[in-house]
Amino acid sequence: MNSLNGKVAIVGAADTEVGVVPHMGATQLCVDAALRALDDAGINKEQVDGLITCNSMAEPYMYHAEAIAEYMQIFPRYCLGVGTGGGTTFSVLHHAASAIATGVCDTVLITMADSLHSGLSKEQAMAMQASTGHQQFEIPYGPTVPAFYALAGQAHMAEYGTTPEQFAAIAVACRKHANLNPAAQKREIITVEDVLNSRMIADPLHLLDCSLISDGGSAVVLTSAERAADFKSPPVYLLGVGEGHSHEHISQARNLTTSAAAESGQRAYDMAGVGPSDIDVAQIYDCFTPTVLIELEDLGFCEKGEGGAFVENGNVELGGSLPVNTHGGLLSHCHPGNPGSMFALTEAVAQLRHQAGGRQVKDANISLVHGQGGILSSHTTLILGRDKH
Amino acid sequence: MEQIYPKPPLDEESAPFWEGAKEHKLMIQECNDCDNAIFYPRTICPHCFSDHVTWTEASGKGHIHSYTVVHKARPPFKQDTPFVVAIIDLEEGARMLSRIVGDREDVSIGKPVSVVYKKVDEDLTLPCFQVEE
Ligand SMILES: [Zn+2]
Repeated sequence: MNSLNGKVAIVGAADTEVGVVPHMGATQLCVDAALRALDDAGINKEQVDGLITCNSMAEPYMYHAEAIAEYMQIFPRYCLGVGTGGGTTFSVLHHAASAIATGVCDTVLITMADSLHSGLSKEQAMAMQASTGHQQFEIPYGPTVPAFYALAGQAHMAEYGTTPEQFAAIAVACRKHANLNPAAQKREIITVEDVLNSRMIADPLHLLDCSLISDGGSAVVLTSAERAADFKSPPVYLLGVGEGHSHEHISQARNLTTSAAAESGQRAYDMAGVGPSDIDVAQIYDCFTPTVLIELEDLGFCEKGEGGAFVENGNVELGGSLPVNTHGGLLSHCHPGNPGSMFALTEAVAQLRHQAGGRQVKDANISLVHGQGGILSSHTTLILGRDKH
Repeated sequence: MEQIYPKPPLDEESAPFWEGAKEHKLMIQECNDCDNAIFYPRTICPHCFSDHVTWTEASGKGHIHSYTVVHKARPPFKQDTPFVVAIIDLEEGARMLSRIVGDREDVSIGKPVSVVYKKVDEDLTLPCFQVEE
Protein backbone atom coordinates (compact mmCIF):
# COMPACT_ATOMS: atom_id res chain seq x y z
CA MET A 1 0.00 0.00 0.00
CA ASN A 2 1.24 3.46 -0.85
CA SER A 3 1.92 5.12 2.46
CA LEU A 4 3.09 8.53 3.60
CA ASN A 5 4.57 7.02 6.77
CA GLY A 6 7.96 8.61 7.44
CA LYS A 7 8.16 10.40 4.09
CA VAL A 8 7.41 13.93 5.22
CA ALA A 9 8.47 16.04 8.19
CA ILE A 10 7.38 19.24 9.87
CA VAL A 11 10.51 21.38 10.00
CA GLY A 12 9.02 24.68 11.12
CA ALA A 13 6.17 25.55 13.47
CA ALA A 14 5.16 28.77 15.17
CA ASP A 15 2.21 30.76 16.50
CA THR A 16 1.56 34.48 16.56
CA GLU A 17 0.44 36.27 19.67
CA VAL A 18 -3.07 34.92 20.33
CA GLY A 19 -6.18 35.86 22.27
CA VAL A 20 -7.20 39.48 21.93
CA VAL A 21 -4.87 41.04 19.36
CA PRO A 22 -6.59 44.21 18.13
CA HIS A 23 -3.38 45.77 16.81
CA MET A 24 -3.11 43.23 13.98
CA GLY A 25 -5.56 42.35 11.22
CA ALA A 26 -6.22 38.83 9.97
CA THR A 27 -3.92 39.22 6.95
CA GLN A 28 -1.12 40.60 9.12
CA LEU A 29 -1.54 37.70 11.54
CA CYS A 30 -1.39 35.22 8.65
CA VAL A 31 1.84 36.75 7.36
CA ASP A 32 3.28 37.06 10.86
CA ALA A 33 2.64 33.34 11.47
CA ALA A 34 4.33 32.52 8.16
CA LEU A 35 7.42 34.59 8.97
CA ARG A 36 7.74 32.97 12.38
CA ALA A 37 7.46 29.45 10.94
CA LEU A 38 10.03 30.21 8.22
CA ASP A 39 12.34 31.58 10.90
CA ASP A 40 11.81 28.46 13.00
CA ALA A 41 12.67 26.35 9.96
CA GLY A 42 15.67 28.56 9.20
CA ILE A 43 14.75 29.07 5.56
CA ASN A 44 13.98 32.02 3.32
CA LYS A 45 10.93 32.51 1.15
CA GLU A 46 12.73 31.37 -2.02
CA GLN A 47 12.77 27.86 -0.58
CA VAL A 48 8.96 27.78 -0.31
CA ASP A 49 7.39 26.33 -3.46
CA GLY A 50 4.03 25.39 -1.96
CA LEU A 51 1.63 27.60 -0.01
CA ILE A 52 -1.64 26.68 1.73
CA THR A 53 -3.89 29.03 3.69
CA CYS A 54 -7.48 29.05 4.93
CA ASN A 55 -9.81 31.90 4.23
CA SER A 56 -10.46 34.52 6.90
CA MET A 57 -13.90 35.61 8.08
CA ALA A 58 -12.64 39.08 9.02
CA GLU A 59 -10.57 39.73 5.89
CA PRO A 60 -11.79 37.29 3.23
CA TYR A 61 -10.27 37.06 -0.23
CA MET A 62 -11.71 35.13 -3.15
CA TYR A 63 -8.21 33.71 -3.69
CA HIS A 64 -6.85 33.78 -0.16
CA ALA A 65 -3.62 31.81 -0.66
CA GLU A 66 -2.80 33.90 -3.71
CA ALA A 67 -3.43 37.05 -1.67
CA ILE A 68 -0.98 35.92 1.01
CA ALA A 69 1.54 34.87 -1.66
CA GLU A 70 1.18 38.30 -3.25
CA TYR A 71 1.59 40.10 0.10
CA MET A 72 4.79 38.12 0.78
CA GLN A 73 5.90 38.09 -2.89
CA ILE A 74 6.10 34.31 -2.93
CA PHE A 75 5.52 32.61 -6.29
CA PRO A 76 4.57 29.01 -5.49
CA ARG A 77 4.03 26.17 -7.91
CA TYR A 78 1.48 24.63 -5.54
CA CYS A 79 -1.08 27.01 -4.03
CA LEU A 80 -4.31 26.24 -2.22
CA GLY A 81 -6.70 28.34 -0.14
CA VAL A 82 -9.34 26.37 1.74
CA GLY A 83 -12.65 27.73 2.93
CA THR A 84 -12.95 25.93 6.23
CA GLY A 85 -10.93 24.90 9.27
CA GLY A 86 -11.39 22.13 11.82
CA GLY A 87 -10.60 18.81 10.20
CA THR A 88 -9.81 20.58 6.93
CA THR A 89 -6.69 22.05 8.52
CA PHE A 90 -5.24 18.57 8.80
CA SER A 91 -6.68 17.35 5.51
CA VAL A 92 -4.59 20.07 3.83
CA LEU A 93 -1.58 18.62 5.63
CA HIS A 94 -2.63 15.33 4.01
CA HIS A 95 -2.70 17.09 0.62
CA ALA A 96 0.62 18.84 1.23
CA ALA A 97 2.32 15.63 2.34
CA SER A 98 0.97 13.85 -0.74
CA ALA A 99 2.23 16.65 -2.96
CA ILE A 100 5.70 16.44 -1.41
CA ALA A 101 5.82 12.64 -1.54
CA THR A 102 4.86 12.64 -5.23
CA GLY A 103 7.33 15.38 -6.16
CA VAL A 104 4.75 18.02 -7.01
CA CYS A 105 6.66 20.41 -4.76
CA ASP A 106 9.45 20.35 -2.18
CA THR A 107 8.62 22.61 0.73
CA VAL A 108 5.11 23.70 1.71
CA LEU A 109 4.22 26.57 4.01
CA ILE A 110 0.80 26.22 5.66
CA THR A 111 -0.26 29.45 7.35
CA MET A 112 -3.66 30.25 8.82
CA ALA A 113 -5.01 33.16 10.86
CA ASP A 114 -8.14 35.10 11.64
CA SER A 115 -9.31 37.80 14.01
CA LEU A 116 -12.74 36.67 15.16
CA HIS A 117 -12.47 38.57 18.44
CA SER A 118 -11.34 41.95 17.19
CA GLY A 119 -11.78 41.95 13.43
CA LEU A 120 -15.42 41.09 12.68
CA SER A 121 -18.02 43.70 11.89
CA LYS A 122 -21.46 43.11 13.42
CA GLU A 123 -22.74 42.13 9.98
CA GLN A 124 -19.90 39.63 9.50
CA ALA A 125 -20.60 38.10 12.92
CA MET A 126 -24.29 37.71 12.07
CA ALA A 127 -23.48 36.25 8.67
CA MET A 128 -21.07 33.75 10.22
CA GLN A 129 -23.72 32.56 12.67
CA ALA A 130 -26.37 32.30 9.94
CA SER A 131 -24.06 30.26 7.70
CA THR A 132 -24.11 27.23 10.01
CA GLY A 133 -26.98 24.86 9.45
CA HIS A 134 -29.17 23.81 6.54
CA GLN A 135 -30.73 26.92 5.04
CA GLN A 136 -34.14 25.30 4.59
CA PHE A 137 -34.42 22.53 7.11
CA GLU A 138 -32.41 23.67 10.14
CA ILE A 139 -31.92 27.45 10.27
CA PRO A 140 -35.65 28.39 10.34
CA TYR A 141 -35.90 26.62 13.71
CA GLY A 142 -33.21 28.82 15.28
CA PRO A 143 -30.52 26.32 16.30
CA THR A 144 -27.13 27.72 17.34
CA VAL A 145 -23.71 26.14 16.86
CA PRO A 146 -23.57 25.13 20.56
CA ALA A 147 -27.09 23.68 20.17
CA PHE A 148 -25.97 21.45 17.31
CA TYR A 149 -23.17 20.01 19.45
CA ALA A 150 -25.50 19.86 22.47
CA LEU A 151 -27.69 17.43 20.49
CA ALA A 152 -24.73 15.04 20.39
CA GLY A 153 -23.96 15.65 24.07
CA GLN A 154 -27.56 14.94 25.14
CA ALA A 155 -27.65 11.78 23.05
CA HIS A 156 -24.44 10.57 24.69
CA MET A 157 -25.86 11.25 28.15
CA ALA A 158 -29.08 9.36 27.35
CA GLU A 159 -27.32 6.43 25.72
CA TYR A 160 -24.37 5.96 28.09
CA GLY A 161 -25.20 7.83 31.29
CA THR A 162 -22.50 10.45 30.73
CA THR A 163 -22.81 13.39 33.14
CA PRO A 164 -22.31 17.17 32.91
CA GLU A 165 -19.56 16.74 35.52
CA GLN A 166 -17.68 14.48 33.11
CA PHE A 167 -17.97 16.98 30.25
CA ALA A 168 -16.77 19.66 32.68
CA ALA A 169 -13.68 17.63 33.57
CA ILE A 170 -12.44 18.21 30.01
CA ALA A 171 -12.74 22.00 30.36
CA VAL A 172 -10.94 21.78 33.71
CA ALA A 173 -8.06 19.80 32.17
CA CYS A 174 -7.64 22.24 29.29
CA ARG A 175 -7.62 25.20 31.68
CA LYS A 176 -5.05 23.50 33.92
CA HIS A 177 -2.79 23.13 30.89
CA ALA A 178 -3.43 26.71 29.75
CA ASN A 179 -2.38 27.83 33.21
CA LEU A 180 1.07 26.41 32.38
CA ASN A 181 1.12 28.10 28.95
CA PRO A 182 2.08 31.80 29.04
CA ALA A 183 0.61 32.26 25.53
CA ALA A 184 -2.90 31.08 26.43
CA GLN A 185 -5.88 33.43 26.36
CA LYS A 186 -7.57 32.09 29.54
CA ARG A 187 -5.23 30.94 32.30
CA GLU A 188 -7.02 31.14 35.66
CA ILE A 189 -7.68 27.68 37.12
CA ILE A 190 -11.31 26.50 37.08
CA THR A 191 -13.10 23.63 38.83
CA VAL A 192 -15.91 21.31 37.76
CA GLU A 193 -18.22 23.42 39.96
CA ASP A 194 -17.15 26.58 38.12
CA VAL A 195 -18.12 24.96 34.81
CA LEU A 196 -21.48 23.76 36.13
CA ASN A 197 -22.18 27.15 37.67
CA SER A 198 -21.41 29.05 34.48
CA ARG A 199 -24.33 30.24 32.37
CA MET A 200 -26.30 27.57 30.49
CA ILE A 201 -25.91 28.06 26.73
CA ALA A 202 -27.65 24.96 25.31
CA ASP A 203 -28.28 21.94 27.59
CA PRO A 204 -25.93 20.32 28.60
CA LEU A 205 -23.39 22.96 27.51
CA HIS A 206 -22.49 25.68 29.97
CA LEU A 207 -20.45 28.71 28.97
CA LEU A 208 -17.24 27.03 30.15
CA ASP A 209 -18.03 23.94 28.03
CA CYS A 210 -17.69 26.21 24.98
CA SER A 211 -14.48 27.27 23.25
CA LEU A 212 -13.16 30.82 23.07
CA ILE A 213 -13.47 33.50 20.39
CA SER A 214 -10.00 34.74 19.55
CA ASP A 215 -7.53 36.42 17.25
CA GLY A 216 -4.40 34.60 16.18
CA GLY A 217 -2.44 32.73 13.58
CA SER A 218 -0.23 29.71 13.29
CA ALA A 219 1.96 28.17 10.60
CA VAL A 220 4.01 25.09 9.82
CA VAL A 221 6.62 24.21 7.18
CA LEU A 222 6.57 20.74 5.62
CA THR A 223 9.26 19.08 3.54
CA SER A 224 10.45 15.60 2.64
CA ALA A 225 12.05 13.46 5.33
CA GLU A 226 15.31 13.39 3.33
CA ARG A 227 15.55 17.17 3.15
CA ALA A 228 14.45 17.57 6.78
CA ALA A 229 17.96 17.04 8.11
CA ASP A 230 19.12 20.26 6.42
CA PHE A 231 16.79 22.47 8.43
CA LYS A 232 17.57 24.37 11.61
CA SER A 233 15.00 22.80 13.92
CA PRO A 234 14.62 19.10 14.77
CA PRO A 235 12.14 17.46 12.40
CA VAL A 236 8.86 15.92 13.51
CA TYR A 237 7.79 13.13 11.19
CA LEU A 238 4.35 12.42 9.81
CA LEU A 239 3.74 8.75 10.59
CA GLY A 240 0.07 8.47 9.73
CA VAL A 241 -2.85 10.46 8.43
CA GLY A 242 -6.47 9.44 7.85
CA GLU A 243 -9.74 11.13 7.05
CA GLY A 244 -13.41 10.35 7.62
CA HIS A 245 -16.37 12.36 6.33
CA SER A 246 -19.95 11.50 7.26
CA HIS A 247 -22.30 14.43 6.68
CA GLU A 248 -22.61 18.19 6.59
CA HIS A 249 -25.73 18.77 8.71
CA ILE A 250 -26.08 17.19 12.15
CA SER A 251 -29.71 16.24 11.46
CA GLN A 252 -28.35 14.02 8.66
CA ALA A 253 -25.66 12.34 10.79
CA ARG A 254 -25.55 8.56 10.67
CA ASN A 255 -25.13 8.51 14.42
CA LEU A 256 -24.95 11.32 17.00
CA THR A 257 -22.64 9.51 19.40
CA THR A 258 -20.18 7.83 17.00
CA SER A 259 -18.40 10.11 14.55
CA ALA A 260 -16.27 9.56 11.48
CA ALA A 261 -13.28 10.01 13.80
CA ALA A 262 -13.55 6.23 14.14
CA GLU A 263 -12.66 5.95 10.45
CA SER A 264 -10.07 8.74 10.30
CA GLY A 265 -8.35 7.36 13.39
CA GLN A 266 -8.21 3.78 12.14
CA ARG A 267 -6.81 4.93 8.80
CA ALA A 268 -4.12 6.97 10.55
CA TYR A 269 -3.22 4.13 12.94
CA ASP A 270 -3.02 1.69 10.02
CA MET A 271 -0.64 3.96 8.10
CA ALA A 272 1.53 4.63 11.15
CA GLY A 273 1.52 1.02 12.32
CA VAL A 274 0.68 2.08 15.87
CA GLY A 275 -2.40 1.98 18.09
CA PRO A 276 -3.98 4.12 20.78
CA SER A 277 -1.75 2.66 23.52
CA ASP A 278 1.34 3.98 21.68
CA ILE A 279 0.20 7.61 21.91
CA ASP A 280 2.07 9.67 24.53
CA VAL A 281 0.14 12.92 24.15
CA ALA A 282 -3.02 13.81 22.19
CA GLN A 283 -4.43 17.06 20.86
CA ILE A 284 -8.16 16.54 20.34
CA TYR A 285 -10.44 19.12 18.71
CA ASP A 286 -12.36 20.75 21.55
CA CYS A 287 -14.85 23.28 20.21
CA PHE A 288 -17.18 21.97 22.93
CA THR A 289 -16.46 19.47 25.69
CA PRO A 290 -18.68 16.62 24.33
CA THR A 291 -16.69 16.73 21.08
CA VAL A 292 -13.55 15.65 22.96
CA LEU A 293 -15.33 12.86 24.80
CA ILE A 294 -16.86 11.38 21.64
CA GLU A 295 -13.57 11.67 19.73
CA LEU A 296 -11.57 9.99 22.51
CA GLU A 297 -13.91 7.00 22.23
CA ASP A 298 -13.92 6.97 18.44
CA LEU A 299 -10.11 7.17 18.37
CA GLY A 300 -9.94 4.06 20.54
CA PHE A 301 -8.56 5.52 23.76
CA CYS A 302 -11.47 3.87 25.58
CA GLU A 303 -14.53 1.83 24.67
CA LYS A 304 -17.61 3.53 23.21
CA GLY A 305 -19.67 4.84 26.07
CA GLU A 306 -16.79 4.92 28.55
CA GLY A 307 -15.52 8.38 27.64
CA GLY A 308 -17.12 9.90 30.71
CA ALA A 309 -15.16 7.68 33.09
CA PHE A 310 -12.00 8.10 30.97
CA VAL A 311 -11.86 11.89 31.33
CA GLU A 312 -12.49 11.91 35.10
CA ASN A 313 -9.97 12.08 37.91
CA GLY A 314 -7.32 13.95 35.96
CA ASN A 315 -6.76 11.15 33.46
CA VAL A 316 -6.55 13.57 30.50
CA GLU A 317 -4.44 16.08 32.44
CA LEU A 318 -0.66 16.23 32.52
CA GLY A 319 0.38 13.32 34.71
CA GLY A 320 -2.69 11.28 33.67
CA SER A 321 -2.64 8.28 31.35
CA LEU A 322 -3.28 10.47 28.25
CA PRO A 323 -2.53 14.20 28.52
CA VAL A 324 -4.94 15.96 26.12
CA ASN A 325 -4.67 19.49 24.74
CA THR A 326 -1.51 20.38 26.61
CA HIS A 327 -1.54 23.96 25.25
CA GLY A 328 -5.04 24.56 26.62
CA GLY A 329 -6.96 23.78 23.45
CA LEU A 330 -9.71 25.78 21.82
CA LEU A 331 -11.37 25.88 25.25
CA SER A 332 -8.57 27.85 26.94
CA HIS A 333 -5.61 28.58 24.62
CA CYS A 334 -7.43 30.27 21.72
CA HIS A 335 -9.98 29.70 18.97
CA PRO A 336 -9.78 32.09 16.02
CA GLY A 337 -12.18 29.95 13.94
CA ASN A 338 -10.82 28.26 10.82
CA PRO A 339 -7.16 28.33 12.02
CA GLY A 340 -8.05 26.76 15.40
CA SER A 341 -6.65 23.29 14.71
CA MET A 342 -3.24 24.70 13.80
CA PHE A 343 -2.37 25.45 17.42
CA ALA A 344 -2.90 21.79 18.30
CA LEU A 345 -0.43 20.93 15.56
CA THR A 346 2.25 23.39 16.67
CA GLU A 347 1.76 22.16 20.25
CA ALA A 348 2.30 18.56 19.12
CA VAL A 349 5.53 19.69 17.41
CA ALA A 350 6.66 21.45 20.61
CA GLN A 351 5.90 18.34 22.67
CA LEU A 352 7.77 16.04 20.29
CA ARG A 353 10.75 18.41 20.18
CA HIS A 354 10.68 18.36 24.00
CA GLN A 355 10.39 22.15 23.97
CA ALA A 356 7.05 22.54 25.74
CA GLY A 357 8.53 23.91 28.96
CA GLY A 358 6.41 23.53 32.09
CA ARG A 359 3.74 21.55 30.22
CA GLN A 360 6.15 19.06 28.61
CA VAL A 361 4.98 15.43 28.60
CA LYS A 362 8.06 13.50 29.70
CA ASP A 363 9.71 11.50 26.91
CA ALA A 364 6.89 12.28 24.45
CA ASN A 365 7.66 10.24 21.36
CA ILE A 366 4.38 9.88 19.47
CA SER A 367 1.51 12.36 19.39
CA LEU A 368 -1.96 12.08 17.89
CA VAL A 369 -3.66 15.23 16.65
CA HIS A 370 -7.32 15.16 15.66
CA GLY A 371 -9.33 17.87 13.95
CA GLN A 372 -13.01 17.92 13.12
CA GLY A 373 -15.19 20.49 11.48
CA GLY A 374 -18.76 21.25 10.53
CA ILE A 375 -20.89 19.63 13.22
CA LEU A 376 -18.90 16.44 13.87
CA SER A 377 -18.86 16.22 10.06
CA SER A 378 -15.35 16.20 8.65
CA HIS A 379 -12.51 14.49 10.49
CA THR A 380 -8.76 14.17 9.99
CA THR A 381 -6.35 12.39 12.33
CA LEU A 382 -2.58 12.88 12.27
CA ILE A 383 0.00 10.74 14.01
CA LEU A 384 3.35 12.46 14.45
CA GLY A 385 6.62 11.05 15.71
CA ARG A 386 9.91 12.27 17.07
CA ASP A 387 11.52 9.48 15.07
CA LYS A 388 10.82 7.76 11.80
CA HIS A 389 9.72 4.18 12.39
CA MET B 1 -37.60 46.86 16.45
CA GLU B 2 -39.48 44.14 14.61
CA GLN B 3 -37.55 40.89 14.39
CA ILE B 4 -37.67 39.16 11.03
CA TYR B 5 -37.30 35.37 11.12
CA PRO B 6 -35.11 33.89 8.38
CA LYS B 7 -37.17 32.37 5.58
CA PRO B 8 -36.14 29.08 4.05
CA PRO B 9 -35.11 29.72 0.45
CA LEU B 10 -37.84 28.02 -1.56
CA ASP B 11 -37.07 25.81 -4.53
CA GLU B 12 -38.96 23.33 -6.67
CA GLU B 13 -37.29 20.36 -5.05
CA SER B 14 -38.78 21.14 -1.64
CA ALA B 15 -41.90 23.18 -2.52
CA PRO B 16 -44.34 20.34 -1.69
CA PHE B 17 -42.95 20.22 1.87
CA TRP B 18 -43.53 23.92 2.53
CA GLU B 19 -46.85 24.04 0.66
CA GLY B 20 -47.97 21.01 2.67
CA ALA B 21 -47.00 22.65 5.95
CA LYS B 22 -49.26 25.60 5.15
CA GLU B 23 -52.13 23.09 4.81
CA HIS B 24 -51.06 21.29 8.00
CA LYS B 25 -49.73 18.27 6.16
CA LEU B 26 -46.26 16.85 6.88
CA MET B 27 -45.00 15.91 3.44
CA ILE B 28 -41.95 13.65 2.98
CA GLN B 29 -40.62 11.64 0.07
CA GLU B 30 -40.37 7.91 -0.40
CA CYS B 31 -38.47 5.87 -2.96
CA ASN B 32 -40.62 3.67 -5.19
CA ASP B 33 -37.69 1.35 -5.87
CA CYS B 34 -36.09 0.72 -2.45
CA ASP B 35 -39.03 1.86 -0.26
CA ASN B 36 -36.85 4.09 1.93
CA ALA B 37 -38.30 7.28 3.37
CA ILE B 38 -36.31 10.36 2.33
CA PHE B 39 -35.80 13.63 4.18
CA TYR B 40 -34.71 16.36 3.37
CA PRO B 41 -36.27 16.45 -0.12
CA ARG B 42 -34.13 15.32 -3.00
CA THR B 43 -34.47 14.81 -6.76
CA ILE B 44 -33.02 11.32 -6.39
CA CYS B 45 -33.14 8.67 -3.71
CA PRO B 46 -29.80 8.92 -1.84
CA HIS B 47 -29.92 5.20 -1.03
CA CYS B 48 -30.27 3.71 -4.52
CA PHE B 49 -30.07 6.79 -6.81
CA SER B 50 -33.49 6.02 -8.25
CA ASP B 51 -35.36 9.04 -9.55
CA HIS B 52 -38.68 7.36 -8.80
CA VAL B 53 -39.29 9.37 -5.67
CA THR B 54 -42.80 10.43 -4.75
CA TRP B 55 -44.33 12.68 -2.13
CA THR B 56 -46.43 11.22 0.61
CA GLU B 57 -48.13 12.59 3.69
CA ALA B 58 -46.42 11.35 6.84
CA SER B 59 -48.45 10.37 9.89
CA GLY B 60 -46.83 13.19 11.85
CA LYS B 61 -45.92 10.78 14.62
CA GLY B 62 -42.43 9.90 15.77
CA HIS B 63 -40.11 10.10 18.74
CA ILE B 64 -37.36 12.32 20.08
CA HIS B 65 -33.94 11.21 18.84
CA SER B 66 -32.16 14.03 20.69
CA TYR B 67 -32.92 17.53 21.91
CA THR B 68 -31.40 20.57 23.57
CA VAL B 69 -32.82 23.60 25.31
CA VAL B 70 -31.38 26.70 23.68
CA HIS B 71 -30.80 29.37 26.32
CA LYS B 72 -28.66 31.75 24.33
CA ALA B 73 -29.42 32.78 20.75
CA ARG B 74 -28.98 35.81 18.53
CA PRO B 75 -31.91 37.87 17.31
CA PRO B 76 -34.49 37.10 16.07
CA PHE B 77 -34.46 33.79 17.93
CA LYS B 78 -33.30 35.45 21.16
CA GLN B 79 -36.90 36.45 21.88
CA ASP B 80 -37.93 32.77 21.80
CA THR B 81 -35.39 31.60 24.44
CA PRO B 82 -35.48 29.21 26.12
CA PHE B 83 -36.72 26.92 23.35
CA VAL B 84 -36.30 23.25 22.53
CA VAL B 85 -34.55 22.20 19.32
CA ALA B 86 -34.82 18.49 18.60
CA ILE B 87 -34.06 15.81 16.07
CA ILE B 88 -37.20 13.81 15.43
CA ASP B 89 -37.35 10.26 14.08
CA LEU B 90 -40.60 10.00 12.12
CA GLU B 91 -42.30 6.61 12.25
CA GLU B 92 -41.89 6.34 8.45
CA GLY B 93 -38.09 6.22 9.00
CA ALA B 94 -37.10 9.77 8.05
CA ARG B 95 -35.29 12.08 10.48
CA MET B 96 -35.69 15.85 10.73
CA LEU B 97 -34.64 18.81 12.86
CA SER B 98 -37.49 20.71 14.44
CA ARG B 99 -38.70 22.35 17.62
CA ILE B 100 -40.70 20.89 20.47
CA VAL B 101 -43.40 23.16 21.83
CA GLY B 102 -45.12 22.81 25.19
CA ASP B 103 -43.79 22.11 28.67
CA ARG B 104 -40.01 21.64 28.63
CA GLU B 105 -40.25 19.37 31.68
CA ASP B 106 -41.98 16.74 29.53
CA VAL B 107 -39.19 16.54 26.98
CA SER B 108 -36.76 13.61 27.04
CA ILE B 109 -35.04 11.39 24.50
CA GLY B 110 -37.20 8.54 23.23
CA LYS B 111 -40.55 10.14 24.06
CA PRO B 112 -43.32 9.92 21.42
CA VAL B 113 -44.23 13.18 19.70
CA SER B 114 -46.73 14.37 17.13
CA VAL B 115 -46.62 17.22 14.67
CA VAL B 116 -48.11 20.65 15.32
CA TYR B 117 -47.91 23.67 13.06
CA LYS B 118 -46.46 27.05 13.92
CA LYS B 119 -47.59 29.79 11.54
CA VAL B 120 -44.78 32.36 11.23
CA ASP B 121 -46.61 34.48 8.65
CA GLU B 122 -48.74 34.08 5.51
CA ASP B 123 -45.81 32.61 3.58
CA LEU B 124 -44.30 30.29 6.16
CA THR B 125 -45.65 27.60 8.47
CA LEU B 126 -43.11 25.48 10.38
CA PRO B 127 -43.91 21.89 11.32
CA CYS B 128 -43.01 21.52 15.02
CA PHE B 129 -43.72 18.73 17.48
CA GLN B 130 -45.29 18.24 20.89
CA VAL B 131 -44.85 15.43 23.37
CA GLU B 132 -47.79 13.03 23.23
CA GLU B 133 -49.97 12.64 26.30
ZN1 LIG C 1 -34.18 4.20 -3.34
